[in-house]
Amino acid sequence: MSLAAALLALVAAVAPVQAGAPAQGAPPVAGATTARDSIIGEQVRQIASELRCPVCQGLSLQDSPSELAQQMRQVIRDQLEAGKTPEEVKAYFVSKYSEWILLEPAPRGANLMVYVLPVLLVVGGGAGLFVAARRWTRQPAPAGAPLPEDEAEEPETLP
Amino acid sequence: MNWKRSLVAAAAVVPVVGLFYYGMGQDPKAIPSPLPGRPAPPFALNAMGTADTVRLADLKGQVVVLNFWASWCLACRSEHEVLREAAARYGPRGVRFYGVLYNDTPENGAAYIAEMGGQSYPTLLDPQTRTAIDYGLYGVPETFIIGPDGRVVYKQVGPVTPETFTRYVDPLLGKREAAR
Repeated sequence: MSLAAALLALVAAVAPVQAGAPAQGAPPVAGATTARDSIIGEQVRQIASELRCPVCQGLSLQDSPSELAQQMRQVIRDQLEAGKTPEEVKAYFVSKYSEWILLEPAPRGANLMVYVLPVLLVVGGGAGLFVAARRWTRQPAPAGAPLPEDEAEEPETLP
Repeated sequence: MNWKRSLVAAAAVVPVVGLFYYGMGQDPKAIPSPLPGRPAPPFALNAMGTADTVRLADLKGQVVVLNFWASWCLACRSEHEVLREAAARYGPRGVRFYGVLYNDTPENGAAYIAEMGGQSYPTLLDPQTRTAIDYGLYGVPETFIIGPDGRVVYKQVGPVTPETFTRYVDPLLGKREAAR
């Protein structure tokens, strides 16, 4: 893609020389076109990497070499060129393939669980570990002293 | 008995086991389709081997069965006979059958139809897969049943069975034939 952009830039740079003086108005137009192309190319990559390839296992449209993924990338490009915003393009795919097509689910409703649970687990697990570590590193009770409540009950649970 | 500990352990383990149990019951390859209940995406496609263009808009008021297939698709071979019988049975009752060739060349498609002993209904060409993507396709075969109001009634992923038609097409015809 960057090679194609470079080639286009080269053509744009050479074109006025070939056409001679009357082509003075041409360079800005050619320059604008390539700039728009590279913006759209970047947007296509961005959107394609956020959408899931329907015929693959856990690959994005951007990473998949499959025929369908290629065609879907072309659909993304066509819609952007037709003036749709990246959000509208993604909404189009969601309307066809449901939210399943989004590699990152939108953070609302039941999806929030995906975002909140790991944080809760890490915080909860960390707190649990902290408490346990404190208990383990506690001074061992002197011999003959009564065992703390927890340990005293332990033998009961053994078979 | 340390009931507090057991309670904490249960509170941690039960939801996880429940989640796993739920997850095991899900088909990881199943993709939910938002299309049933919605207006079927319009299309205008060339019918293979002819100069005709078939437009969904022209089929309003009729029950349409749209079957996406390909010559390289093995499951399509297994459903071909079911489709042939369904077309013979429901065609005379006004149901319009169309195949849509998916990621395949017309030559391969024609050779496949000849090999399978012909097809009584047209196959449409979708050279850039636009219609397939519009229908949220992710593999072949997939079959859409479109009601007389132009809405998708049902989407079948994988080969159709005779029950697909008795279950989803018959009620549509019943409604239409009763309205006459």
